[in-house]
Amino acid sequence: MARALMNFLDPQAIALGVEAQDNEAVIRLLAGKLETLGYVKATYADAVVKRETTMPTGLPLGYALNVAIPHTDPEHVLKPGIALAVLHKPVDFANMEDPDEAVPVGFVFLLAINDKDKQIDMLQEIMDTIQSEAALVSLSNAKTFEDIAAVIG
Amino acid sequence: MAKQKTVLFACGTGVATSTAVNAAVTEAMKSRGLTFNAMQCKATEVPSLADNVDLIVSTTPISASVTVPVIKGLAFLTGIGKDKALDDIEAELRK
Repeated sequence: MARALMNFLDPQAIALGVEAQDNEAVIRLLAGKLETLGYVKATYADAVVKRETTMPTGLPLGYALNVAIPHTDPEHVLKPGIALAVLHKPVDFANMEDPDEAVPVGFVFLLAINDKDKQIDMLQEIMDTIQSEAALVSLSNAKTFEDIAAVIG
Repeated sequence: MAKQKTVLFACGTGVATSTAVNAAVTEAMKSRGLTFNAMQCKATEVPSLADNVDLIVSTTPISASVTVPVIKGLAFLTGIGKDKALDDIEAELRK
């Protein structure tokens, strides 16, 4: 199963039932957690927010609730990690492939990547997870880290 | 045997989604009996690298000035349209 993903997903960087006005609020909430936990530099949050406006990361999966995977350049990252937000109400991210199109997102995986060759498994497991609608439904019902580990791990 | 083709995988940062797509395409083409040289870059670097590659697979929009064939890589992230994208890549590699 998705062991590499679980290795990088910090239990303290998971936010469930998040109420956010917009995608920037979600990114800043999760980036703040990664910074506090020592995964990223203070420059990371601004860099991700800025990048999201020019190169968005919303992934249209064909579900009611889709996924976004905001991230930025390795120079802002201290060590690899993932933060996850499950949103109470969806917020719009722009479509990665078509930035003019809005994608309603219910799940945000904020990625801190600094060595792509060592983090291939993690990236592939995120893709496997989000391509399973059943996994996402379980994630939206998750109440604890154990629930999430049961879905992803 | 024909010269090995070079595929350039592009995304916003050149480290995240292009890595996942590169891994997925490499694996799928291997099972179809095809290998290729893989390169990765940021979308903004594509115009300067395009002349030296046979095919581009990108998860983000690519400058219209690029004349090398471009295949959309989002299918490998979402799973939607993945088989068609693989068929398109295979066709380019067998040219």
